[in-house]
Amino acid sequence: MTGHTLTRLALRSAAIGYVLCLILLPLTAIGLQSFEDGLTRFMDDIQQPQAKAALILTIEAALLTTVINAVFGTLSAWVLVRYDFPGRAFLNALVDLPFAIPTLVAGIMIAAVYGATSPLGAWLQQGGIEVLYNVPGIVLAMLFVTMPFTIRALQPVLMELEQDQEEAAYTLGATPWQAFWRVTVPSVLPGLLTGVFLTFVRALGEFGSVVIVAGNIPLKTQVAAVYVYGEIESYNPQGATSVSIVVLILSFLALMLLERLIRRPGERLPMFLNAVMNGTWFGVRSHSPVHAKP
Amino acid sequence: MKIEVRRLSKHFGSVEAVSNVSFTVKEGELLGLLGPSGSGKTTVLRMIAGLEFPTSGDIFIDNIRVNDLSVQQRNIGFVFQHYALFKHMTVSENVAFGLSIKKRAKPEIHQRVDDLLQLMGLPGLGDRYPHQLSGGQRQRVAIARALAPRPSVLLLDEPFGAVDAQVRQELREWLIRLHDELAVTSLFVTHDQEEAMEVSNRLIVFSKGRLEQVGSPAEVYEDPATEFVARFIGSMNIVEAEVKQGVAHVRDLEFPAPDFPDGSRIRIGFRPYYIKLSQDPNHFRQQARLRHVYFLGVAYRLEIETETGLILRSRMNKEEFRQRRFEVGQPVSYAITQFRILPQDHGALSSPMQLPDSPLTP
Amino acid sequence: MERGLGCVHIPLYMRNPDTDVMRRLLIAIVWVYFAGLLIGPIAYLCIQAFGEGFMVFLNEVLRPEAMHGFWLTTEITIIVLLINAVFGTITAMVLARQRFWGQTFLSGLIDLPFSVSPVITGFMLILLLGPGTILGTFFGAMDIKILYALPAMILVTLFVTFPFVVRELTPILMAIGTDSEEAARTLGANEWQIFLRVTLPAIRWGMIYGATLTIARAIGEFGAVLVVSGNVLQLTQTATLHIYQSYVDFNYVGAYAVAAVLLAVSFLILMVLELVKTRSSAVTDRSIQMVRP
Repeated sequence: MTGHTLTRLALRSAAIGYVLCLILLPLTAIGLQSFEDGLTRFMDDIQQPQAKAALILTIEAALLTTVINAVFGTLSAWVLVRYDFPGRAFLNALVDLPFAIPTLVAGIMIAAVYGATSPLGAWLQQGGIEVLYNVPGIVLAMLFVTMPFTIRALQPVLMELEQDQEEAAYTLGATPWQAFWRVTVPSVLPGLLTGVFLTFVRALGEFGSVVIVAGNIPLKTQVAAVYVYGEIESYNPQGATSVSIVVLILSFLALMLLERLIRRPGERLPMFLNAVMNGTWFGVRSHSPVHAKP
Repeated sequence: MKIEVRRLSKHFGSVEAVSNVSFTVKEGELLGLLGPSGSGKTTVLRMIAGLEFPTSGDIFIDNIRVNDLSVQQRNIGFVFQHYALFKHMTVSENVAFGLSIKKRAKPEIHQRVDDLLQLMGLPGLGDRYPHQLSGGQRQRVAIARALAPRPSVLLLDEPFGAVDAQVRQELREWLIRLHDELAVTSLFVTHDQEEAMEVSNRLIVFSKGRLEQVGSPAEVYEDPATEFVARFIGSMNIVEAEVKQGVAHVRDLEFPAPDFPDGSRIRIGFRPYYIKLSQDPNHFRQQARLRHVYFLGVAYRLEIETETGLILRSRMNKEEFRQRRFEVGQPVSYAITQFRILPQDHGALSSPMQLPDSPLTP
Repeated sequence: MERGLGCVHIPLYMRNPDTDVMRRLLIAIVWVYFAGLLIGPIAYLCIQAFGEGFMVFLNEVLRPEAMHGFWLTTEITIIVLLINAVFGTITAMVLARQRFWGQTFLSGLIDLPFSVSPVITGFMLILLLGPGTILGTFFGAMDIKILYALPAMILVTLFVTFPFVVRELTPILMAIGTDSEEAARTLGANEWQIFLRVTLPAIRWGMIYGATLTIARAIGEFGAVLVVSGNVLQLTQTATLHIYQSYVDFNYVGAYAVAAVLLAVSFLILMVLELVKTRSSAVTDRSIQMVRP
């Protein structure tokens, strides 16, 4: 065996070993734990009023966040790509901020601004809107941390889009409206779906910001992650496990669904997913299309 | 459908992309718009299509003024340089798009798509997606898509720019055949002069937003109207000369220039083909050394260095070269048999002037 | 493509001046969205942090608990960065250059930390290394304290930050190919020399970017370290945990002050990220290339 081959094998073993120990092992641990006492015990744990309430609240809030994020994220991406205006570069750079800020700090900022002690919070309170320790606060916190996902997922597809396909549709007789629905939207859909699903998964598991903004009121503002934390602190691993598993399964299902939806026939797994997930979505450089090989 | 363009101009801010361009495209003709990047040719094409609006001037398609008609209303087919295929649709869906906009019946659409795919040499690829095709295939899909709704005019923007050289050659030949068969009035833009010469019935040479010359490929090559065209099409040797007593002198070369005053500096251009070479140093008056030989596929380019240090390019076809067995480093004699005087500014070239072969041997 | 110099591509239906109203409206909405969600809270936090004066701010930031928090966070971040930079690079090279059975599975595993909630991450570690488990008793017998101590905090931070470097480097390595490396090999360089002098320089911007993301995430980690650290004052409190402690103790100014420091660090990180983006087209454009189906 040449030195080169030996190195390759050594590297491969190191990589595989590290990933298995770091990632697979913990997952196996929780997987085993959850069904240690059987399926019925698992179902019982989930049906606990507190657990159930936490899960339902989390899913609802995450869905609401996803919808708001989809709308405003699409709008923001559109504006950032299509228009030029003073402050555009500033806003574009700001989009990456939630990736860089600790979630806890995000929670504190939001609690400060929208809490009853600040002018904005007091004004909202007078209008009957309680943000802190309430569902709006949860959604706001989730929105903060997931905001970049849709924007960054859409920017590249919007940029790519603006070149020729629209014009081609016009030359073939399509009105702007027809072009929008039949060409623009389908092209943009993979980006939109990616942003949407990733937002949902992220919001589902959010802890740091939500625990500050919404507190820990069982049955009312306790999201799944906070419930799990509570159960851990109370030395109740069973309760913690069951809800954790549900959240994990939901996340995995969502991601698998996303892969199925955006994959086109004859394509390898799109690397789209990964790029957005780790916040490496840049998208604001213009480029010329890649030439095809004959 | 014939196209007429009158005094067309386009400004982008302070930049004049197209200046006062006028020409006519005959029914069924394949007209090439040729020029370097930024010469305005694509802008002209896009204005005819309706994708840009002229600053001034008129466009007529089949004698109807179309300036105020939208892209959708002009019934043109457009083929983009980078295909612009709808990535989320199959090949069939792409080709069918124009017809489905027109709300044609499904069976009619299916038939037309199948016919076109056959014609384009893409049978059976209907269910593939663009990313599964090669560059050449994608371009043919783009053309099929443009032709499906039976446009009166076909416009192509550097259609073969994005593919490999060999594929480009095949596509060119195929386009000629296609055009012969369909006889749709077609306009295409290219920066490749060989392509323009090979494919067009007539061509227009553009430079800096202006029309330099209109004519058949042969006309434009043999009879360039301006210096730009002379330089752009084919290659040309250009030398600077000073006139003394009606004769322009360039080192040891002399060209008759009766109309120029003494002391004026002019430039002389002559095509490689018009430099004749001989291996007999006494056959022609001028002496040189064969510096380099380039093989061009159909011909050879012989680069000579004259006694006085000028580097000139001559051209010879394959058979002649091989018969005469030139060798690099060989001393040769040469003569220039035809030349033109290039204008000082942007003006017309003089007509070609002949020089006698002037062999020394009486 | 020539469309005239200095011409921004504007779609046809937008060249109509009437849609200028819509344009202004949309831009305004986006500003409000960003202001309410990002700019407002950030600005307000900065104001509140200095709400009782600069001296109070300084006081809070320099408190022993706070300083310990900063130190601990820094320590963890550096260790995690080193380990994950090394293993991340190795994994990226293996993924980009080698073909083996189970590769897709491995690739999928690498993405997992993104979809796992931090609290669950911490919990998984407890399940793995807790007192009743195999590993737990093993380390316990050797008298090595992992849980509720620094090692556990490092482990969870490794978990959550692992994907960054890998995901940055893998596409870059795939894009640059093995040509340069093969050339070096023919010139007699051994594997280590090739790595140091050919591969590493080529991927340096990607590494910096991945490292920066790793640092950002490590500094910001909260939920997982909260669970595994036991939250013992001045012993196992990172900066984020300290902020949390201050907050629940109603020491809002203290919380805001330290939070503002972390916020400043985040901005620095953001600037580095932006800088790398402009410096390296490889980092920017290849992500676009990845999009193309």
